[in-house]
Amino acid sequence: MRRRNVLPGLPLSLGVTLFYVGLIVVLPLAALVIKAASLGPEDYWRIISSSRALASYRVTVLSALGATIFNLFFGLALAWVITRYRFPGRRIVDAMVDLPFALPTAVAGIALTALFANNGWFGSVLEGFGIKVAYTPLGIMIAMCFTSLPFIVRTVQPVLEDLDPALEEAAQSLGGSDWSIFRKVILPLLAPALLAGVSLSFARCLGEFGAIIFIAGNQPMSTEITALLIFIRLEEYDYQAAAAIASVLLLTAFFMLAVTNWLQARALRYTVKG
Amino acid sequence: MKIRLENVVKTFETFRAVKDVSLDIESGELVALLGPSGSGKTTILRMVAGLEYSDGGTIHFGDQDATDIPVRDRGVGFVFQHYALFPHMTVADNIAFGMKVSKVKRDKAAIDARVADLLRLVRLEGLGDRFPAQISGGQRQRVALARALAVDPKVLLLDEPFGALDANVRRDLRRWLREIHSELGITTLFVTHDQEEALDLADRVVILKDGQIVQQGTPEKVCRDPQSAFVMRFLGDANVIAADVRDGRAYAGDVSVEASGVADGRAELYARPADLDWAQAGPGIAAKITRVLDRPDGRRVLAETQAGEALEFDVEPERILNAGETGFVTLRRAKVFAI
Repeated sequence: MRRRNVLPGLPLSLGVTLFYVGLIVVLPLAALVIKAASLGPEDYWRIISSSRALASYRVTVLSALGATIFNLFFGLALAWVITRYRFPGRRIVDAMVDLPFALPTAVAGIALTALFANNGWFGSVLEGFGIKVAYTPLGIMIAMCFTSLPFIVRTVQPVLEDLDPALEEAAQSLGGSDWSIFRKVILPLLAPALLAGVSLSFARCLGEFGAIIFIAGNQPMSTEITALLIFIRLEEYDYQAAAAIASVLLLTAFFMLAVTNWLQARALRYTVKG
Repeated sequence: MKIRLENVVKTFETFRAVKDVSLDIESGELVALLGPSGSGKTTILRMVAGLEYSDGGTIHFGDQDATDIPVRDRGVGFVFQHYALFPHMTVADNIAFGMKVSKVKRDKAAIDARVADLLRLVRLEGLGDRFPAQISGGQRQRVALARALAVDPKVLLLDEPFGALDANVRRDLRRWLREIHSELGITTLFVTHDQEEALDLADRVVILKDGQIVQQGTPEKVCRDPQSAFVMRFLGDANVIAADVRDGRAYAGDVSVEASGVADGRAELYARPADLDWAQAGPGIAAKITRVLDRPDGRRVLAETQAGEALEFDVEPERILNAGETGFVTLRRAKVFAI
């Protein structure tokens, strides 16, 4: 029996989208994998496990983790404030959250460098406390925080907006304190959105380039991020090495996505009808 | 626990939702707040719960002034219209929530035993492991009630408890709530816009309009002796017939009814569909049948008087009546209200 679909346009729209996904997502990734695979296993391993590459993974992943954890708390707080309270300037704050998305990352990088350089507004003050930001991993982390902040805010915000106020009222009428209501009712309901935001934010941090290279100082073995190392290899026309190192970033991002998807599915078990 | 509201006032922005309401609810009583939307009934309920603070007046629980006690310390059980179950918790965890967050620490075995008792009370044994998304609306409402009862509230408050359910489920749950109430004897206040629900369930019905109480009493009292045209209309279908009042009687067509206490002049006669009948010959109010609706328990006749007033009344299923017939509407009883 022929199944009939009520919605029109399936063959055309599916065809177009599959074509585009193939052309602009799958093909480049496949080219990357093929390029990297054209190296023998020994060469591949040598390149990706070179001490300079390892140092770049370390600083990139640790900074990305730090930035994501910071954004988790700060982004949640920001989303909380703009959704739940009415105050003058709320809409301006709401609009400013998108600024890191709208701004070219190089602009952000230059601005942050100017601020945190040891003669900048922040840098000169922090220097007094013996804290150096520009040209250190801390600077990398700050640049990552800046560019990935909107992810958490924008994934959590709609869920917070849709949260039924009656849930909190019910919890209050049952005698729950503010903290226990937040921990046992609100946070579990936000968890899937928070996880989605975390995975997007982390992936963005791993790949960030423009904002970081101005503030990082780019010293091999200490403040050189993986994306920059790939760029350097490209500049040297060593496409295979660039592809090999890029494949490591790619796998890390995939792994992170898989883990968060799994955690998200676990957190959403209760919505499954049975 | 006795509840006493004195001159309670609540204003939202510029809208006065509740105007000077005073109400006493006896310990163990089951009271319905009945009114159309915007009558302030839910606001009153939420103020009793502590989910809203009143702008004026006082609310006493027994001898204690509860006006400024926050909801979490007020010791009320509140059942929300759309249940407000925690979707990420199982039925058992929902019921246990109040005991777990309580300042009174209970061990796990005691909580589990209490949850099992409550599941039995609301007849949901065996469903403790389900999530709210996995049970029906009627079951969710029973979980919501069990959750509210778990903290041993002094007062039970229900906001349109059966509003979102099918008619059949609603009738069953109504009977069942009545049974639970007589079993536990807890003072209960519920809000509804459904007069049938209020009359079926409550010991006393409080009828509200525009933020004020217009009448209160037992279902019998408010049904038999409505004090205003609004109450008469709101409690059920009512026919309205223009009448003239002279010397304590109201006259409409050839018929007249007693109208003591109504001033002479123009007035309105209110009669339930069951209080009218049809006759081929007068005396009565001359009318023409416009439609006959067949219903399981009788026939509803729609007729129009010569003055153009639409009337509705019920006749036995055996009566043969057709649209287009003319005759007379007779009056068994009616209420007269001055315009």
